[in-house]
This record gives sequence, C-alpha cells and structure tokens, in this order.
Amino acid sequence: MIIDLNAFIREEKPYWTELEDLLDRMGRDGAFHLDLDGVHRFHYLYQRASSDLSRMINFSAEQAIRVYLETLVARAFAEIHETRKRGRSFSLLAWFFKEFPQTFRRRIMAFWVSVAIMGAGCLFGTLAIAVDPQAKEALMPFAHLQGDPTDRVAFEENAKKDRMAGHKSSFSSQLIANNTRVSIFAMGLGITWGIGTLILLFSNGVMLGAVVADYVLAGQTPFLIGWLLPHGSIEIPAIVLAGQAGLVLASALIGWGKPMGLRTRLRKVAPDLVTLIGGVSVMLIWAGFVEAFLSQYHEPVISYSTKIAFGVAELLLLTVFLARSGRTKREKQP
Amino acid sequence: MRHGSYPTLDIHTPEGLVFFLRLAGPVVRFLAWLVDQACILTLAQVINKLLGIFGLISADLYMAMAVLTYFAVSVSYGFLLEWFMNGQTLGKRILGLRVMDAQGLNLSFNQVVIRNLLRFVDALPALYMLGGISLFLSKKCQRLGDLAANTIVVWSPDSRQPDFSQLFSGKFNSFRAYPHLCARLLQTVHPAEADVALNALLRRETLDPIARISLFKTIAGHFKLRLVFPQEATDGLSDEQYTRNLVEILFG
Repeated sequence: MIIDLNAFIREEKPYWTELEDLLDRMGRDGAFHLDLDGVHRFHYLYQRASSDLSRMINFSAEQAIRVYLETLVARAFAEIHETRKRGRSFSLLAWFFKEFPQTFRRRIMAFWVSVAIMGAGCLFGTLAIAVDPQAKEALMPFAHLQGDPTDRVAFEENAKKDRMAGHKSSFSSQLIANNTRVSIFAMGLGITWGIGTLILLFSNGVMLGAVVADYVLAGQTPFLIGWLLPHGSIEIPAIVLAGQAGLVLASALIGWGKPMGLRTRLRKVAPDLVTLIGGVSVMLIWAGFVEAFLSQYHEPVISYSTKIAFGVAELLLLTVFLARSGRTKREKQP
Repeated sequence: MRHGSYPTLDIHTPEGLVFFLRLAGPVVRFLAWLVDQACILTLAQVINKLLGIFGLISADLYMAMAVLTYFAVSVSYGFLLEWFMNGQTLGKRILGLRVMDAQGLNLSFNQVVIRNLLRFVDALPALYMLGGISLFLSKKCQRLGDLAANTIVVWSPDSRQPDFSQLFSGKFNSFRAYPHLCARLLQTVHPAEADVALNALLRRETLDPIARISLFKTIAGHFKLRLVFPQEATDGLSDEQYTRNLVEILFG
C-alpha cells in the first residue's frame, strides 16, 4: 500500500528540517551543548524521524525520500548512541609531555619486542659484514656507503669547501619527509598481523649493523659515532617507536588473551596509535634538522668529541623524557 | 549484508527500526580518490606559488618548504577534511560518499587519522592494489585502513530533501472522476512500478527531449496494459500527462 505522500511530507517536513539543523550545528561545533529541554526535543525529533522512516520502508518504494530519511536517522542515531567524548580541548604541550610518554610506557612490551627485532637485525648485519665483507653491496642500498670507509673519512676530513652549502634546508626536509613516511609504514604494516612491521624493523637493523661493522672494521669508529649519534640518537628510537605502534596494532588484531571482540580491541588501541605516530613525527623533525645541519660536518669543522657529547646528551634526555615525563601517581607507586 | 545487487550496512536501532546504508564500491571510491588527488596537486601548487616569496630569500629554503608542504598536504588532506567535513573530502562530497563508524556511531579523530595513515599500506605495491583487493574481499567494502580504524564508506548520492513541488501542483486530474478505477490502481500497482513513474517525473527536466518522449511512452504504455481508463478521461493527454495523473493518484 502507498501512503498519502503529499500530506505526509507537508506534515513531517518541518520536523525533518529541525532535526537536520540540529545535527548540522552539532557537526559544526564540537562544543555545542543542549540543555535538558533541548535533549528531550532532539530525542523526540529522532524518534519521529525513525517512525517516518519506518513508514516509508513499509509503505512505499519511493527512493529519494527514503535515502534522505535513512541518512538523517543514521546521523541522529550516531549522536544519541555515541558514548565517547567529543570536542575535547587539545593542548599540544600536554599531549607531547604527558600523553605521548605515558602511551609509550603503557605499551612498553611492544617497544621491547621492537628493540629486540631491530637488535637482531643489527646483529645479523654486523655478523654478515664481519664474515663476508662482499655482502656490503647486498646489505647497503645507498651508493655513498658502498665505498671504503677509510677513503670516505679522508675525503670528508680534507674537504676544502662546505658540500652542504646551499641545500641544507632542502636536504633536511627530504630527510624529515622520507623518515616520517618510513615510520608511517612501520605503523601501518601492523595490519599484516605485524609481519610487515617486523620485516621493516629487521631490515633497518640489518642496514644499521652492516654500516657499523664496516666502519668499525676499517678502524673508523670515532668518525662513525660522530656521524651517526647526533641524529641517530633520536632517529633510530623514533623508528623503533613506530615499530612499537605497528606491533600494538598487530596485537589488537591478533587479540591473544583479550576477552574482547576485534572491533572493541581496535577501538581501544586507536588513540595510542595516533599518539605514538604523532610523537614519532615530532622526533623525526628534530632528527632531520640535526642530520642536515650537524651530522654531515666532521673534523676539523666540528670535533668528534663535541658531536658525540651532543648525541649522548640527546639520548639521555630522550630516555629520561620517555621514562619519566608525565608520570602519574599510579606509575609512581612501586 | 546485501540488498539487491549492492552491499549494505544494516543498522538495528534500540527503537526496533532496521534500515540499511548503501556501502560504496571500488569504482565510485576510486573516482573520489582521483578527484582528491587533483585537489591535493592543485592545493600544493597554490601553496608553492605563495611560498615563492621564500625563493627571494633563499632557493634552498624555498625547496625545503616545497618538499614539506607537499608531504604535509598529501598526508593531512584526507584526515583534516574528513574530520572537519563530517567524513567527507571534496572528492567524497562530489561523489556522494561519506566515511562512517562501522557501527553507525560518530567518527572519532583517531579513526580518521588511522584510516588515512594506512593509505600508505593500502597503496602498495601500486595504485591502491592492496586496498582494492581488501575492498573486494571485505563484507563491508573496507580497505585495510578502514579495517584498522573500524570505519566504512557509505554512498548516498542524494541525501538532501527531495523537491516534490513540481509534482503536486494542484492541476486538474481527469482520472479522479473514476474513483473505482483509482482504487483498483492503488490495489494493483506494485511499489516498484510506482517508484519508476515517480522518479521519471522527478527527473524529467534532466532528460533529453527525445528520450523524455520515449520514456513516458514506455511508462504510460505499461500502465495502460494494467488498467484502462475511459476514453473521455484520456483524450488529449500526452504520455507524460497520463503518467503524472497516475502518480498523483498513487502518491497524492
């Protein structure tokens, strides 16, 4: 049976419009607040629209008005049944100094797994170069690392002009963009039940281990530490933290020992993933600047001891920051 | 769930109402993505032009800003627009798509960020192949980013209030003189048939003149086979007027 559409629309349209206006205001303004009468009115409009939709579904095949009502009721349904906070004020400083380190500590197990996998990769790369120096070509994808470390150190230390002059900023920005992309990959690959994240961490570890072994075996340890530590003390932990985020996502997907459905598990880890990857991005911005403006300068321009001291100081500060910043009372209890 | 040939998200409200939202398929989502890519490129170009002032100070600084701007725009375009435009980017708005929570609830900022960051994985190895495969395999047409963020993309090409003003203009309807035939019409016509006639009238202004004549001839011919009104009621009526009279009885 078909309803009297003309009269029906004439009667109901003002209520639909009122509900639509309310929903638009809620959507536009996160801090929009209804008083008790407003809530009652909103609920009444939602129920009325639901009832209209129910009549449309049962009594007419008219498409346009049904689609409109479905969208309207779905939006109102979302507003009424949503229990998560919305429109919360955001403080960048509170987020960085409290939420980020707290999240890191809350997910510390994933961090240690991430460290272990990268460490294993590092060990593999070191052993591979130590056992078979020819493996260098396969393990190091960057052309400037393929040569003899001793030749490179001699070249860098005897350079008469600043080879970074005129493109320090652009180099820095490319590093930031590239490293952030890699970090997002490390987090995103958690969707492969963590397999992709583990491969990425291991392969980065292999490259790092191979470079370290190559320079140490060539007797260029001070140059290596002076070159890598200023930016690596932030960049490498940032990649490990991105891996941590990927493993958190993977653990939510796998859900071992968690009496919750997949959707609930994913919903619970979502804020932590965003916080971790946001913190990683901040770390990589800093590392990108340091790599372009400091790491590429060597003795005699900057002494290795200065660079190493700078890198060690960064690493200590980062450790203290992640371990202590924003500690809650609960965390302080033994 | 599926209704007809397309997948849907069925929502059961505590009020006992069950309705479904049509999920967006791969092609329409790809088209929206193409529009978004064009927007990102245009936006990056415009910002680059504005940043040209840095080129006067230093070419290096200009290059750095250009690299960072493109990266920031391409990463943040999706989640900023989806957050501030209630689940829509420009491409999605044009194509009538909207990102929603998979349970029909409000989108949270975290969900929007995660689904957009996971584009990097969905895009592997090229042209969103991984995301496309996931979309085909998933019951809710979700790419990997949607699965991780617990979101879906619904398609409602026209969710605005329909305009019925052109239909019910109060014109004389010669069929009304035969109430017994009108009652039989209401009894025998299937809602889907009535819907075809109604939609044809609603869209008539958008039709090519020849197609319009042909369409209403077909529709009127179909209904004439079902029910015959006396000749004095149909004399001088075009097929379109005939259809309008029928729809006015069916819906009015």
